[in-house]
Amino acid sequence: MTTTQPAKRGFLQRIDRERLILALAAPVLAIVISVLICSVLLATSGKNPIDAFHIMTNFASASDGQVKILNKATTYYLAGVAVAFGFRMNLFNIGADGQYRLAALFAAYVGGAVNLPSFIEIPLLLIVAMLVGGLWAAIAGILKVTRGVSEVISTIMLNAIATGVIGVLLVPGIFAPGNAGGVSNSIQTKTMAASSNFFTITTQGGSLYGFVILAVVVGVAFQLTLSRTRFGFDLRATGRSESAASASGVNVKRMILTSMCVSGALAGLIGMPDLLTDSHYFGQNFQPGLGFTGIAIALLGRNTPIGIGFAALLWSFLDTTAVMLPLQGNFPPEIVNVMQGTIVICVVVAYELVRRYGLKRQQQRVGAQLAAQAASAEKKEVAA
Amino acid sequence: MGTATAAVELRGITKRFPGVVANHDIDITVRSGTVHALMGENGAGKSTLMKILYGMQRPDEGTIAVNGEQVEFNTPGDAIARGIGMVHQHFMLADNFTVLENVVLGGESLYGIGAKAKAKIKEISDQYGLNVRPDALVEDLGVAERQRVEILKVLYRGARILILDEPTAVLVPQEVDALFGNLRELKSEGVTVIFISHKLHEVLSVADAITVIRRGTTVGDADPKQVTARELAELMVGSELPSPQSRESTVTDVEMLKVDSLRIAKADAEGIERVVLDDISLTIHKGEILGIAGVEGNGQAELVEAIMGMLALDAGTVTLDGTDVTRELTRARREAGIGYIPEDRHRHGLLLEAPLWENRILGHVTEAPNSKGFRLDPAAARQDTQRIVQEYDVRTPGIEVTAASLSGGNQQKLIIGREMSHQPKLLIAAHPTRGVDVGAQAQIWEQIRSAQREGLAVLLISADLDELIGLSDAIRVIYRGKLVADADPATVTAEDLGTAMTGAARGHIESDESALAEAAVIADQDLGRSDTPLGDTDTTDTPADDAQAGE
Repeated sequence: MTTTQPAKRGFLQRIDRERLILALAAPVLAIVISVLICSVLLATSGKNPIDAFHIMTNFASASDGQVKILNKATTYYLAGVAVAFGFRMNLFNIGADGQYRLAALFAAYVGGAVNLPSFIEIPLLLIVAMLVGGLWAAIAGILKVTRGVSEVISTIMLNAIATGVIGVLLVPGIFAPGNAGGVSNSIQTKTMAASSNFFTITTQGGSLYGFVILAVVVGVAFQLTLSRTRFGFDLRATGRSESAASASGVNVKRMILTSMCVSGALAGLIGMPDLLTDSHYFGQNFQPGLGFTGIAIALLGRNTPIGIGFAALLWSFLDTTAVMLPLQGNFPPEIVNVMQGTIVICVVVAYELVRRYGLKRQQQRVGAQLAAQAASAEKKEVAA
Repeated sequence: MGTATAAVELRGITKRFPGVVANHDIDITVRSGTVHALMGENGAGKSTLMKILYGMQRPDEGTIAVNGEQVEFNTPGDAIARGIGMVHQHFMLADNFTVLENVVLGGESLYGIGAKAKAKIKEISDQYGLNVRPDALVEDLGVAERQRVEILKVLYRGARILILDEPTAVLVPQEVDALFGNLRELKSEGVTVIFISHKLHEVLSVADAITVIRRGTTVGDADPKQVTARELAELMVGSELPSPQSRESTVTDVEMLKVDSLRIAKADAEGIERVVLDDISLTIHKGEILGIAGVEGNGQAELVEAIMGMLALDAGTVTLDGTDVTRELTRARREAGIGYIPEDRHRHGLLLEAPLWENRILGHVTEAPNSKGFRLDPAAARQDTQRIVQEYDVRTPGIEVTAASLSGGNQQKLIIGREMSHQPKLLIAAHPTRGVDVGAQAQIWEQIRSAQREGLAVLLISADLDELIGLSDAIRVIYRGKLVADADPATVTAEDLGTAMTGAARGHIESDESALAEAAVIADQDLGRSDTPLGDTDTTDTPADDAQAGE
């Protein structure tokens, strides 16, 4: 056995390098294809695509642009991780959108109602948000476990219901102050006390969200949970094969409920960077749709913490710099939506192709390796 | 009749699927104008072979010749162009169309869709005595009539070589006779028929030549005029096991598993409640292998899942080593010492796209060396996987490769190694050697035996009667969810066991002495025969597409 050791090591190294290349191939391919498609689109409408990309990269190389990108990416990252947690066990939490909006509403209400020192207030608000997000997601989990309702359907419906619930609660006298003051038509929760302000990092380009650090912590915790805990193993096993997981002793129903709740709790954090750093209240203009962005980012990032990080940065780069397109060159900003759309479609197709190719390739390699081993063993026997 | 050139000649056909070799080194010669039967058990590789011949799948190795000409089929269209037609086991007819419409569907360019086509259908129907009415609606037709429409559909497209995939499975005996009449008619008109079946007497009554497939390869040709049903069965099932009398009993009187009046009722698709397990009671002692014989789908899978805790019981108790585990979940039962070799290892035993070391953790994530408290211990798991790979002779270049890249036999050895690594008290082995090549099969049997000697209790479920008789200390027969008969493997033949499996015999079955002696002689002969496949396992057990690819 010792004599074959070096050969074996070389083989494994090769597989690892190949795996890396394969893993990168799909997203890179998807981005290249979508850039090409967008270039063609711009060119046919008589605009110079290179100028458009130049405006985008120019803005991204300025420090205020970078801060904006990072701030937005922080929110996107949290959204991506929330969705990815469900995806890792084949649970499609389409409802992150409703979960985070409802969570933000409750957190804003609690924040407006109490005034505690920061070190209690901020954790309290985060916990409220996670609790509300988790409980809202739990409804879909319970429906799936007890009645077999597809979580895709129920979470989509819960999004609409969440909008309704927010509409019912966000009226003067319930979550909004009794008298709006007559200053504006907008109805919103009471502005939170200053103690709920999350810290920011002052840079040349403006203030950077302190939530960047929280996002990194969430990412690390996500990775450690998945790869280093029993729970994470059960989760991944269920995602890969529910039948095998259940035969191996995983309580699949409990697993579904737990991961739905965790996914919802993470989703509860999505609205927090904005709420605790910028807006300080929940109003009708609170940004919707981040849950859906999270789905795209999780897909692009292949549900891994690092991949989601890159995907969030890319998405944020596209969204942030899109604003500059009409301002600086009379380009339609919608081109960015086209680009995002094509990236998602291409990446889904490319991942599947690469996955199949990789699996087949490995089978062939293993076969070849075994045949070579058998052949060399035979030779040795002959020599002896 | 046309014996000069063969209608179909398959040489060295090999087809691999991820992790399993479906066909290897298949050699078949079908003479023109004959009914050639292809026999073999479920899962022996017949269907894959026919899909290859019909162009639905491409072989990895080997050649196909039709009427003496080398051909390569990429799609069924290529095969049809060469005059090969297939009648599938499940009919492919549109119910709300007439026979005429069904026949011309997709073949409109041949004779149009009107009077000319109808005339052609009538002509074919009369020529071969198929008695098909072109204007009848398919939904009004019976099963046998639909089958004749399928045959006509194929002939209409100019087929001279017909493949019939288990055509009698859906027919009642009278219809079978009528079908055979049609086949003889076809033959007399010079059509070649390849007939897939595993029913012995049917094959003997209609076939001119027989080829038997077992474990993915052709094991022999037989002349139906000379061969007996018994000899055919021997060829099909095979028996590489030494006779059961040759070993001493390790059975103790310590009860390890006790199942008491188990009952499970499930609602089927129509919502009607069906009892799948009815009043099942059995006991397995330390060091005992209890075999469960039965035709598949008679409750074996449910029995296993009930003992594993994967199915909820309606009544009854399960006791493991004196502890009532009826209310325990699967994980607790596994921790209490149940090892499980599932029937479908791809669905229940492995994470195909995960590396081997993660598969080693599967099912035992709460136990050492895989985890410490709530933390996983990948380093220890990897190390232990390395040990399993060596001790259980899992042929793999490393433990980081995915389980899908191993051959079926090596996947199974990994599962057995994993289950044996946690000192099980009870091992549930469901079809442990299914889809496994002969070399790995012998190793698996030996591993189960040696575990038994160390005091393991084994519940063995198998469709291979020789495996059951050879390994078990006692055999129970399951039929429609009930344990209907029992037997001592030393005093029963596969034939009598087979009779009991159809529900025809109950209580304690014992074969007469002369039949037993005969069976023993055959077993000895088979031992000699099995030496050859055992010798070349190294080459048959690799999923390599090309042995030279790695150079």
